[in-house]
Amino acid sequence: MKVDLTVNGKDISVDVEDRMLLVHLLRDVAGLTATNVGCDTTSCGACTVLLDGESVKSCTVLAAQASGHEVTTVEGLAAGGQMHPVQQAFHTQHGLQCGFCTPGMVMAIVSLLKENPHPTEEQVRNGLEGNLCRCTGYHNIVRAALTAAEASSEVPA
Amino acid sequence: MIPSSFTYQRAGSIEEALALVAEHGDDAKFLAGGHSLLPLMKLRLAAPEVIIDLGGLRELSYITDQGSYVAIGALTRHHDVHSSGLLTRDIPLLAHAAGQVGDPQIRHRGTIGGSIAHADPASDLPATLLALDASIVARGVEGEREIPITEFFQGLFETSLEPEELLTEIRVPKPASPGWSFQKFTQRAIDWAIVGCAVSSGRVALVNMGGTPLRATTVEQALAGGASPAEAAAHAAEGTSAAEDIRATRAYREHLARVLVSRALTESAARS
Repeated sequence: MKVDLTVNGKDISVDVEDRMLLVHLLRDVAGLTATNVGCDTTSCGACTVLLDGESVKSCTVLAAQASGHEVTTVEGLAAGGQMHPVQQAFHTQHGLQCGFCTPGMVMAIVSLLKENPHPTEEQVRNGLEGNLCRCTGYHNIVRAALTAAEASSEVPA
Repeated sequence: MIPSSFTYQRAGSIEEALALVAEHGDDAKFLAGGHSLLPLMKLRLAAPEVIIDLGGLRELSYITDQGSYVAIGALTRHHDVHSSGLLTRDIPLLAHAAGQVGDPQIRHRGTIGGSIAHADPASDLPATLLALDASIVARGVEGEREIPITEFFQGLFETSLEPEELLTEIRVPKPASPGWSFQKFTQRAIDWAIVGCAVSSGRVALVNMGGTPLRATTVEQALAGGASPAEAAAHAAEGTSAAEDIRATRAYREHLARVLVSRALTESAARS
């Protein structure tokens, strides 16, 4: 079937199998391989992307369901060579070890901060319940989320 | 993992969805948010030949105040139920329980109608709606009917929906008394409940203590007879038939039911 969607601001129109998952469209068709497949069972959050601005697990969305919608992957965050505040915060707080969960963590935090721009540490930890870090680097990931929230509040509205 | 092959159809209206399911019969499955059905299809535990995607039916996503009850469209997502000001004010148990389903990503996709129609006894919302004495609206080609939730869950993943009916709305009466509680015991934050419990207006419903969500009627009777939360909760496992699995034995689930019901009744009393 034909699917038409916008990925990182770019229109994509492509014929795919009806059963194709969004994550495979992103990786294998669009060539955007930052989004990882981890558990493949809606648990680990490594495949998290934004669908119409909200975090979803792209291993559990059909490409067909995303047709007509906007998808953002971690490749689409940086604008004009400038890292997104969440990416910058991961850098300054050393929010990653092996890096496998990082794209999903970053996208989950972007979505979280959009819904709750000034979360408490507890709200960040609850908000990341759908993302697993096998290196158990959670402390720095949570610090990165809080740093990004602070950085965003310094930017005049 | 990739589901086995199927034909994808997107319904543009409720009428079109009903026509498609009438055409394809048992070979077809409705797809709402897809967070129960797609994981089963990826594991090849379900292999429908036709998927009828309801995702475009925006007219089934709403939360409206109907005076004595709140009407919730079947395609309303857990995220929207959780963040609804109306529900937080008038039916806080439901707003809270919807926020306990899965994780934020799952709540951005999963729908209240999908969860109820899937009828997994380990899910949070079936038992919550049982405690709230909700009713279910189903539409077929011949019209609409309202099913009391006490008659809705028939068995493991089985409901009283007819094969060609579409669940369209959930009606939730505003509780008569302010006390409520929702308790859930899990291994990891995003897991299904090993056991859970919802309490509202003297009704007590259990998650994952049998093939369907169950009312703990002996507990309710004890409460009505003036028993304390601790005394009433001692009856929580009566009439249940909890499964044994990798997470828990039946005896452990029965113990959890007594502990969680006791906590829930105490919390509910404190809110009254």
